[in-house]
Amino acid sequence: MDYITEFIAMMISASTAILLAALGEIYAERSGVLNLGVEGMMAVGATIAFYATLSTGNIIIGLLSASISGMLLSLIHGFISITIRSNQVISGLALSMMGLGISSLIGRNLIGTPLRNSLGIIEVALLSDIPVIGAFFRQNALTFFSYILTAILWYILFKTKIGIAIRMVGDNPKSADSLGINVYTVRYRCTLLGGALAGLAGAYLSVAYTPTWIEGMTAGQGWIALALTVFSAWNPLYALIGSYLFGGIRILQFRLQPLGLSPPLLSTLPYLFTIISLALLNIEKIRWRIGAPQHLGKPYHREEA
Amino acid sequence: MKVKMIHGLKIERREEPGLPARILLKVLAVILSFLFSAILFAISGIDPWYAYTLIFVRSFTYSGLAEITTKLIPILLCTVGLIVAFKAGIWNIGAEGQLLLGAVGATWIALFVDVYDPLRLPLALLVGMIFGASWALIPIILKVRLNVNEIVSTLMMNYVASGIVDYLVYGPWKGAREWGFPYTDKFPDTVWLPLIPGTRIHWPTLIFGVFSSIMVYMLFSKTVLGFEMKVCGQGRKIADYLGMPYGSRLMIAMVISGGLVGLAGVGEVCGVHRRLRYASSISSGYGYTAIIGAWLSGLNPLGSIPSAFLLAFLLTGRDIIQVSLGLPFATSNIFNGCILLSMLVVEALGRYRVRWGRWTI
Amino acid sequence: MMEELVRMVRITKRFSNVVANDSIDFTLYRGEVHGLLGENGAGKSTLMNILYGLYKPDDGEIYVEGRRVYINSPKDAIRLGIGRVPQLPELVESLTVAENLTVLLPGLHASSGLDYILEVARRYGISLDFDAIVYHLSFGEKHKIELIKGIVRGSKILILDEPTTMLSPWEVNSLFDCISKMRDEGRGIVFVSHRIPEVLRIADRITVLRRGRCVASVTRNEVDEHELVRLMIGTDIDRHTVRDRVELGEEVLRVEDLHVLDDMGGEAVRGVNFYVRRGEIFGIAGVAGNGQRELVEAITGLRDVSRGRILIKGEELSSPRRFRLYGSHIPDERIGLGLLPSFTVLDNIALTFYKNFSNNGFIKFNELKLHTERLVETYDVVTPSLGTLAGKLSGGNIARLILARELSSDKDLIVAVHPTFGLDIASTNKVRKLLLELRRKSAVLLVSEDLEEILQLSDRIAVMYGGRFVDIVEADEADPEKIGLMMSGVMGS
Repeated sequence: MDYITEFIAMMISASTAILLAALGEIYAERSGVLNLGVEGMMAVGATIAFYATLSTGNIIIGLLSASISGMLLSLIHGFISITIRSNQVISGLALSMMGLGISSLIGRNLIGTPLRNSLGIIEVALLSDIPVIGAFFRQNALTFFSYILTAILWYILFKTKIGIAIRMVGDNPKSADSLGINVYTVRYRCTLLGGALAGLAGAYLSVAYTPTWIEGMTAGQGWIALALTVFSAWNPLYALIGSYLFGGIRILQFRLQPLGLSPPLLSTLPYLFTIISLALLNIEKIRWRIGAPQHLGKPYHREEA
Repeated sequence: MKVKMIHGLKIERREEPGLPARILLKVLAVILSFLFSAILFAISGIDPWYAYTLIFVRSFTYSGLAEITTKLIPILLCTVGLIVAFKAGIWNIGAEGQLLLGAVGATWIALFVDVYDPLRLPLALLVGMIFGASWALIPIILKVRLNVNEIVSTLMMNYVASGIVDYLVYGPWKGAREWGFPYTDKFPDTVWLPLIPGTRIHWPTLIFGVFSSIMVYMLFSKTVLGFEMKVCGQGRKIADYLGMPYGSRLMIAMVISGGLVGLAGVGEVCGVHRRLRYASSISSGYGYTAIIGAWLSGLNPLGSIPSAFLLAFLLTGRDIIQVSLGLPFATSNIFNGCILLSMLVVEALGRYRVRWGRWTI
Repeated sequence: MMEELVRMVRITKRFSNVVANDSIDFTLYRGEVHGLLGENGAGKSTLMNILYGLYKPDDGEIYVEGRRVYINSPKDAIRLGIGRVPQLPELVESLTVAENLTVLLPGLHASSGLDYILEVARRYGISLDFDAIVYHLSFGEKHKIELIKGIVRGSKILILDEPTTMLSPWEVNSLFDCISKMRDEGRGIVFVSHRIPEVLRIADRITVLRRGRCVASVTRNEVDEHELVRLMIGTDIDRHTVRDRVELGEEVLRVEDLHVLDDMGGEAVRGVNFYVRRGEIFGIAGVAGNGQRELVEAITGLRDVSRGRILIKGEELSSPRRFRLYGSHIPDERIGLGLLPSFTVLDNIALTFYKNFSNNGFIKFNELKLHTERLVETYDVVTPSLGTLAGKLSGGNIARLILARELSSDKDLIVAVHPTFGLDIASTNKVRKLLLELRRKSAVLLVSEDLEEILQLSDRIAVMYGGRFVDIVEADEADPEKIGLMMSGVMGS
């Protein structure tokens, strides 16, 4: 395998977690719910997946329980932002804090435990031998799943009535309501999907990417996923491309280390890149105000303006 | 169409609750989060009763209270700082990073700048504030000029700040006498903040914290600048409509915010540690804790003092059970999250009245 | 023929302390157009929102085709065959016309059901570009989309809420054709309006609401215009405002070859030239969505100019602050721009006055309070106290609060957009008289979709269509019919 193909393969596997989390957040935000709890849901997902896989020996159970735990946490956020219409920013931050706390509480005995079974690399015959492109076909199952999921979620969002309903609810809930679309149900479903995918993203880190558990292993990737949501203009396809950029920076960080650059300074690269990319993006975007769902972060109540 | 009528609890809106009711609701929220955390503790095999008793018994001793007061100082300064930002409509989640930069600024003056010794401490305080303010200024300039969401950028800058501190203490600023620990050398005593004897309470900073909460209260209730910041916090379009200088008011708010938070960083290195250490030991999440503080005080600067006390008590409690029960440091985040969540729920409940009535389905 | 479709009995609805509907009875028959007449705030929309399931009544019963029903959401209403065309379009601007419509119909794929929509549009003579993004459409076109939505949904009953508010006379005609067609098919149509001539033209029966109560329910032939005015307002009010001559002063505002872009980058204002002098009201007539919003935003500094220039008192406008120095602005976006709902009444008045009441950087709140008390009284703002959150006030009081602040600030230029929108007739007359008075010392730029208002107040009138001024005419020479045609784009100058 040549250097470039190997780099791309690493880049893709470094970006799957961010992609999964961003896909979920795109749906939540398209429906108008801003969930800043991604980091916390990922942390819990990572821990639960690791714990469940370790104790049952079954990765599928690990992944499922991570998704369910993410959904449960997002349900709290849904209740606060949709049903009682409180402050979504604070609720999301609280969820992140709580998730990080829960993850370190549950995971305190998992540190250093090796995982016997983790998601292995699958090589698709023939395709994986093509230079450069082959990198896409030499990945673990969850990464393959993320390609398919991106396509499905894109199709649903832009080509079906379910997608129209979601976008309506996020852009103009009043209009959606008067058409007979249940604003609350749509928002709850999207928020739960966001939670499930954030949990799965965390699971990817602990049972596929590393595979091990350390405290704080999400290391801000949930926040980067939030930035990616904005970066992708709330479009799953752009999120796929964007996530590779962010993944590439992560890999670059390790590749530059042998050159004698300080590891703590290199560790700031993904965060710096996130800020810079948002800034560069907005130089163009500010002019046309593309993208953001009009009612993002605003609760809906029928008898109020 | 199917018609059902049942009797049950009916929820109705009511007018805004008054101040006593609001305070009562917050107390209720804190109690709720104690209960909820207790459940989580119990699930993970820790006796919550034992843990809570331990916290209360150890906290309300002389040394316990001294420790609470020591922790109260950075939380108070950060809380007041964040209130300024939040009132101006800026979601400054970056207090953690601004605090670290304040500490870096003070360290630079303490160890690496040649100044007349009596001036060293005042200069360290000033430069720490400037560093904190400058760090806060970057995301707000990005917001004003390029519409970059400040929640994401301030958060990202926390990670960058902690990378910078770690770089410094592992690299160029690593102390010659520290045998491989990631610490700088100990500061000369000319930059030490005076302490209340027998404690680690650096009282000048404490006094400044209380003073700043009163000043910020005055700023927003009496002055032109405060009024303008509050209005600009409602959005750029409104500021433009009224002909107010949106960018400059937001920047001023963020400079005040970052400056106060930076001062908290100076207090930590010049009052408590007396050296710069790796990032996570300089600030044990004060910046994030202050978000709770600001919300708990209902964005009223005067409310920041009791809020900071409560949070300092909780952080002290965290240290106690961390040592006694061997719980990881981050576990206290559960409690932090719980307070915020129950506050949101309880506040929302306060907006409604529940009564018995007829439902039609 | 008199087959009952809807019967609403003793409907009562309160909003905090205001009774919006006080025990109202309302009946709609099959194959009739029922005019629901009343002033702004009389309770018409509230009553219809209850029928459509948007509001829950505090008391009262609803029967549809003789059966008692409980309408808890629009979904329930739709199931009963009730459709509604809202006063202002409630569309998703980022979606296409087709997407906004097909979502009504079953099927998974985004375009399934489009054939049916096209069929409906053809049958009722509604022409639209179905692939266009809604954002790019004019107000009239958006209204047509809402009309199709209403037709598809309202198989039996259709509610039209102030449907002619922002339509050109030409568009009103085709709307009325469409309504007649639906009546002939046996639907029941509620035509909500405050415009008496239109109600008389289309309705078979008329119900009049006043201050939340039903004051009359009559057939078309039993009443005339005078009788309806009396029923609607309670007393005979002189609606005519006398416009006297005022001596013209110097030029305050000058706009030269102005080009302005809209949010999506399209050119909304395409080369506009005019000036406004002290002592005159310059009225801009036109159907919404023809560039008036962007024009006003450019003049008030809220939007960048892409070409041309704006001069205020001879100086080029460089920032919103520059405009505020000499001008005041009543925006059409009342809540959130004109008024901050989370601020108190006092703070909302302070928004433009705080500097007049400051000393060394401190605001003198005591004096400001006295000033606010005076304004609130002069402008009839009904509020429990100055410390009440402005968002809790009723629509009419919100409007009066903004007017109080903007019209009392004694500036050289007043930009007023729909200044009387949402006001009752007494307040409307008061504001109109005030504007005529204010032009003695200021230059007034008036933008309104209400042609009657423009004709009554303006000294000179510009008609805006497609981002350009079709013509500028002196008020004395203005021919309402000609202006109406120019507004529709049917006729150039």
